[in-house]
Amino acid sequence: MDKVDVIIAGGGLAGLSCAYELADSGMTVIVLERGDFSGSKNVTGGRIYLAPLRNYLPDLWKAAPLERHVTKEFITLLGDNNSTTFEFYGDRFNREPYPSYTILRAKFDRWLADLVSEKGVFVIPQKNVKGLIKEGEKVVGVKTEDEEIGADCVVAADGILSFLAEKAGLRQPFKPQHFALGFKEVIALNSNIIEDRFRLGEKEGAAQLFVGTLTKGIMGGGFLYTNQESLSLGIVVGIHSLNQREPREEVYKFLDEFKDRPEIKNLTKGGEVIEYSAHLISEGGIHNKPKVYGDGILITGDAAGLGLNMLVTVRGMEYAMVSGVLAGRTIKMAKEKNDFSASTLAYYEKLLNESFILKEMSNYQKTLSILENERLFSTYPQAISDLFEKVMRVDENPKESLYKTVSQELKKNFFNLQTFKDWLQFRKI
Amino acid sequence: MKITEKLALDAFKNDKDTHITLDQKICHTCKERFCIYACPANLYSLNEKGEMGVEFAGCLECGTCQIACIYGSVKWEYPRSGFGVQYRFG
Repeated sequence: MDKVDVIIAGGGLAGLSCAYELADSGMTVIVLERGDFSGSKNVTGGRIYLAPLRNYLPDLWKAAPLERHVTKEFITLLGDNNSTTFEFYGDRFNREPYPSYTILRAKFDRWLADLVSEKGVFVIPQKNVKGLIKEGEKVVGVKTEDEEIGADCVVAADGILSFLAEKAGLRQPFKPQHFALGFKEVIALNSNIIEDRFRLGEKEGAAQLFVGTLTKGIMGGGFLYTNQESLSLGIVVGIHSLNQREPREEVYKFLDEFKDRPEIKNLTKGGEVIEYSAHLISEGGIHNKPKVYGDGILITGDAAGLGLNMLVTVRGMEYAMVSGVLAGRTIKMAKEKNDFSASTLAYYEKLLNESFILKEMSNYQKTLSILENERLFSTYPQAISDLFEKVMRVDENPKESLYKTVSQELKKNFFNLQTFKDWLQFRKI
Repeated sequence: MKITEKLALDAFKNDKDTHITLDQKICHTCKERFCIYACPANLYSLNEKGEMGVEFAGCLECGTCQIACIYGSVKWEYPRSGFGVQYRFG
């Protein structure tokens, strides 16, 4: 059996960031990627926040193939046949170093894999890791479809379905409550048209979130991100919430109905759909995180359940990259001691706990329970849009005073015991 | 745009063997058919004999069916190296 110092299973953001951290350590590091190239199996909504990453990966971003830096944030509350949009622009978002960018993973991950390869790490595509080789409890290597490779340390960076974390006995059985499904279309559109439609400067980007009737009471929402020459338009739904919904309806149809809304149609007009993709999102929160280390193994990124629904954004990519870096630092330390036992690798968990990742996951630990409130995804977006409609609409009848219109609507939809109870809940967000 | 037309936009390299297997005994007792409603590629359907089937060739490899099926009928693994969907944008 061939042996290397470190095997990283999975060439996505977590695995490649770990490889980047280890690149100049003198250790032999290989990354095994199941796709034809890094990124070919990966999907994001998406946007990436660079501010938290710059502390850990300061030199990476100048040449990185990112799409547009986000300067505008839209939040749209969708009713059945109306909607209310809040638009935010910030000078701070439009000043270097830009805090967040839209991103396409097939492009970005592939670039990062090339960069890591240039630094001396072997990134091997079309290598699906099928299992772990163990001596007792200790992980001593991996099995691919055609060979066995030994290592001092294995890094499971094999994504949200992590079969390796399962095989290492570190992961709990899957529950629908802990996952959401995201699916999207990439729609090609000329960059001038994108800038005109969203009123953006050159290379500036917009991020738009939608909550309301598009998910038909199911926990979730819609998203739209402007890439350089395309839009990413999609929907996220909680799987447990989807399973519970009556009457049953195929979820893929939601995106077509969403696209048919005038609010969306006018933004995507003339665009050509060039890809349809889907991916799971980790929403189990801090309490359902697997154990992230064992004898000879570390778990990173999605595989470690490092994802978070913050209501106004979903986080995961920064967590993947930083957990990869922290795993790399742990491995360097373990190499110095020449000890890859669980007690030494426990240092990784300490680093994670001290990082922004676990602090954020702790700060948002109650959000998940609030997201189970169906009214958040149906009643309230509808009521707010109905309120605006009443205020703005002029018809054949004499118009009531503004105060009366507003107070009637508020009384009808918001001044009741249910809303008061919900409000008490929402304070936990 | 039909879902089959959307899937036709993606680059697939299909293996001859499926990476998704179903336990028909479990499927037989299932009333809810979570898989049908949850699959974003609409790959699950009942055949004329009332058996659940899955068209693995258009799989987007999200794994949602495996999570949505709370009865544990869906056995899902990654396609063999070099096969399955190859995203060009992601």
